[in-house]
Amino acid sequence: ELPPKVKNILLLDSEGKRVAAKYYTDDWPTNTAKQAFERTVFTKTQKTNARTEVEVIALENNIIVYKFVQDLHFFVTGGEEENELILASVLEGLFDAVNLLLRGNVDKREALDNLDLIFLCFDEIIDGGIVLETDANVIAAKAGINSADPNAPLSEQTISQAFATAREHFARSLLK
Amino acid sequence: MAQPLVKKDDDHDDELEYSPFMGIEKGAVLQEARVFNDPQLDPRKCSQVITKLLYLLNQGESFTKVEATEVFFSVTKLFQSKDTGLRRMVYLIIKELSPSADEVIIVTSSLMKDMNSKIDMYRANAIRVLCRIIDGTLLTQIERYLKQAIVDKNPVVSSAALVSGLHMLKTNPEIVKRWSNEVQEAVQSRAALVQFHALALLHQIRQNDRLAVSKLVGTLTRGAVRSPLAQCLLIRYTSQIIRDMGNHSQSGERPFYDFLESCLRHKAEMVILEAARAITELDGVTSRELTPAITVLQLFLSSPKPVLRFAAVRTLNKVAMTHPMAVTNCNIDMESLISDQNRSIATLAITTLLKTGNESSVERLMKQITNFMSDIADEFKIVVVEAIRSLCLKFPLKYRSLMNFLSNILREEGGFEYKRAIVDSIVTIIRDIPDAKENGLLHLCEFIEDCEFTYLSTQILHFLGIEGPNTSDPSKYIRYIYNRVHLENATVRAAAVCTLAKFGFMVEALKPRITVLLKRCIYDSDDEVRDRATLFLSVLANDGLVDTDKDSKEFLFGSLEAPLVNLETSLKNYEPSEEAFDVDSVPKEVKSQPLADKKSKGKKPTGLGAPPPAPVSGFDAYERLLSSIPEFASFGKLFKSSPPVELTEAETEYSVNVVKHIFESHIVFQYNCTNTVPEQLLERVNVIVDASEAEEFSELSSKPLNSLPYDSPGQAFVAFEKPEGVSAVGKFSNTLTFIVKEVDQNTGEAEDDGVEDEYQLEDLEVVASDYMVNVGVSNFRNAWENMDPENELVDEYGLGPRESLAEAVKAVIETLGMQSCEGTETVASNARSHTCLLSGLYIGNVKVLVKAQFGMDSTKEIVMKLAVRADDPSVSDAIHAIVSCG
Repeated sequence: ELPPKVKNILLLDSEGKRVAAKYYTDDWPTNTAKQAFERTVFTKTQKTNARTEVEVIALENNIIVYKFVQDLHFFVTGGEEENELILASVLEGLFDAVNLLLRGNVDKREALDNLDLIFLCFDEIIDGGIVLETDANVIAAKAGINSADPNAPLSEQTISQAFATAREHFARSLLK
Repeated sequence: MAQPLVKKDDDHDDELEYSPFMGIEKGAVLQEARVFNDPQLDPRKCSQVITKLLYLLNQGESFTKVEATEVFFSVTKLFQSKDTGLRRMVYLIIKELSPSADEVIIVTSSLMKDMNSKIDMYRANAIRVLCRIIDGTLLTQIERYLKQAIVDKNPVVSSAALVSGLHMLKTNPEIVKRWSNEVQEAVQSRAALVQFHALALLHQIRQNDRLAVSKLVGTLTRGAVRSPLAQCLLIRYTSQIIRDMGNHSQSGERPFYDFLESCLRHKAEMVILEAARAITELDGVTSRELTPAITVLQLFLSSPKPVLRFAAVRTLNKVAMTHPMAVTNCNIDMESLISDQNRSIATLAITTLLKTGNESSVERLMKQITNFMSDIADEFKIVVVEAIRSLCLKFPLKYRSLMNFLSNILREEGGFEYKRAIVDSIVTIIRDIPDAKENGLLHLCEFIEDCEFTYLSTQILHFLGIEGPNTSDPSKYIRYIYNRVHLENATVRAAAVCTLAKFGFMVEALKPRITVLLKRCIYDSDDEVRDRATLFLSVLANDGLVDTDKDSKEFLFGSLEAPLVNLETSLKNYEPSEEAFDVDSVPKEVKSQPLADKKSKGKKPTGLGAPPPAPVSGFDAYERLLSSIPEFASFGKLFKSSPPVELTEAETEYSVNVVKHIFESHIVFQYNCTNTVPEQLLERVNVIVDASEAEEFSELSSKPLNSLPYDSPGQAFVAFEKPEGVSAVGKFSNTLTFIVKEVDQNTGEAEDDGVEDEYQLEDLEVVASDYMVNVGVSNFRNAWENMDPENELVDEYGLGPRESLAEAVKAVIETLGMQSCEGTETVASNARSHTCLLSGLYIGNVKVLVKAQFGMDSTKEIVMKLAVRADDPSVSDAIHAIVSCG
């Protein structure tokens, strides 16, 4: 097949543990296989500096582009024939959208507190391996259901406000 | 059950790691999911529970069928809520739960309602969810809405429908194909991503209609495609069309090349890369076509972005394999990448340079690599070592500096895999470049002086035992070997004893000294070492324990006929009794390996480390196998074994391939048979060979295979006699005969009675190149001049019109079965003439050298001038005969 394909998106913490991950192919059929892959990717990239520019590594017939911020490691994987700049544009779309959604406070704690937004963000970037959107503003708007977005519905109150309060409650309620 | 954690406040510095999901437990969350059934829905609470469910699934937790169904049903209740945030989460969890067909019914009406909602976000997501979960019948019901959605003015909705179409094309192609008018309209969309998705779908719909694809691409390459992603797609489609067209229009411009070339000036880097890559991958790309692509890639090499540098160096690395000359312009930029922070980039740069480097730059390059090696990981070092090995085989004259490099890195720190790669490379170089042998063996000797890996030490000692005695001064190795007896562990000591014995046996002059050394070993603290020493002393003294020289040789250099696993099993089963253990009772058949094991063997190790693979292959293994069969033992030294030739189609009941073993005046066909029918056991498997079309051959003997169980390969043999030293050719037809027995699948036992049956195999041909071994020479010019010019035989041949010179060169190398020397198998693209140097060993151990000069005229007609020099003039004749008859 010719259209560019993304095999998975990974968001790992500074110890390589999965914060969120989405796989679009059967290359890693079991959770054990997925975890093993995540472990390899994490250890092979751990020592590199991917904080200013998107970095890239070839691993097990895959091309993986990655970028780190605070204690979060973002990865996008494609096949070895894939155009790595397309993968990089997906990664940057994801990275910047998460940055917008978390209002610049991108770390593991914020990500876990707003995991719903992270999941929605993944959902808006890739659909079944196909690139759905790479523009961070559009992704963030769709995932955050931001009222600033003309596509967002108008309801009784501004949704973004509602979400802001929901987020605050969210963390605590999960702690109970 | 784990107690949920202590309540914490916002103390970031707390040691205990904070997570809102700490102590989360599936059972509890499923309980919480009951809030979905509340008559008064709390959207916020429901969203949180869905997030928890998604979290569990995302962490790899799985729900049972019952649990998933229960969650799914309660989730469907949430459609009552008007809260958009919650609805968004509902869509997400339905996709994750992937409900079964009968459950889907419950949500379809809700989703269809959302599909027609005024809220764009609802429409887009409802389409994506529906298309993910429904089947063909339901799809026809919503088809109308999907077609509308494709041309929806909101790009998000349009993209959702198009992407869903792409997914559904796999399951319901006939339905999706009906949407091509709408998709066609969407291709014109002003929204970048819609255009991309529409183009992808339209192409997929029409992919079997070449004309339509060609028209589509033709139109779009002229117009302005807005999205870089769509432009990348268009480039991919274009290269596919170019590929499909083949070389129909040989003269003049390649169609669509202009388009690819114009994309090199696109403002988006991803498009530039895509186009550059497409150009480098064109079939038979010319240097003129390559140049602009190489130029943009060269610019990328010095980009501050690692991804761009990586993309460029990766592409150039590939180009270097086929067009090394085209990449040499980038060598300066490439050299600066050797110190790149990103080690993937650095390694690719190094290996590219190794490919493009010419003979004169080898030394300088090695100097740079030496600095680079110390700070990269072992896995990258292995890639470099492998590149150096091929460089050495390409420039045999440079073996000294390359061998020195290898021996230097061998002395440095490194893990086992890395060390093994180096040792393997040295071994390969020793084998292929005779001049490098003595030097290489000494390097290996020095390495084992201080080697921490028992495995490598024993392997090297074994290799020394085989190669060492045939060198000009075998005595110089003795010190290194005997040192092992003093300094190493018992395993290595025992291996050293064997090696000493081999020297003693092969080199008469050393025998007395070796005997003295071995006598010292009989006081070793380890019993295995003592036993071996005693045994070999007896062999060397020829004191009657072993009868003849030949037996001693067989004993020292031969190998165990039975697989080690079988020996181990037999020994375990042996019960101590009056009767001694009989080695001959060990079954010799190789048992099939467990499946998992087979998979892991995907990449076969080479060189020293290669374990004996199940159906034996490789010259040494063949030699051992054949000499262990009494019927063939008298045939003398094996001259050549061909690669296996398949005699059956893939996926037939019985799969058979054949290896041709050539001896001085015999030929043995080794039929490797595999039974792929689990319900059958084959016995007395034999191959009946009809040699009526191979007059010079007469059948001598055959060795049937007694039993061929399912999936456990075995070998049958048939031997022929042929006139000595003559390269007799002919065609053989083969029939597999056997007795087939039914196997009970439950007990695994075969019935007693069998039925005779036969199975027709494909014909087999023995051709002239079967009598040629491709042995390289290190210095072709010297070798050529050292041969008597009197015996040179020159003739000219027309090779007819060909696609390219490269193809003609390849065909000639294949027909002759000779080794190309000094990299002359590579033809510069666009070259009009080329000289290829070949060397080989012809049956009777006659050294043959060939200079083949090729020329091509404007009509692609190719002529070849073939000059052959051989020690025996009749062989030169034979080579010409191969060409003129082939």
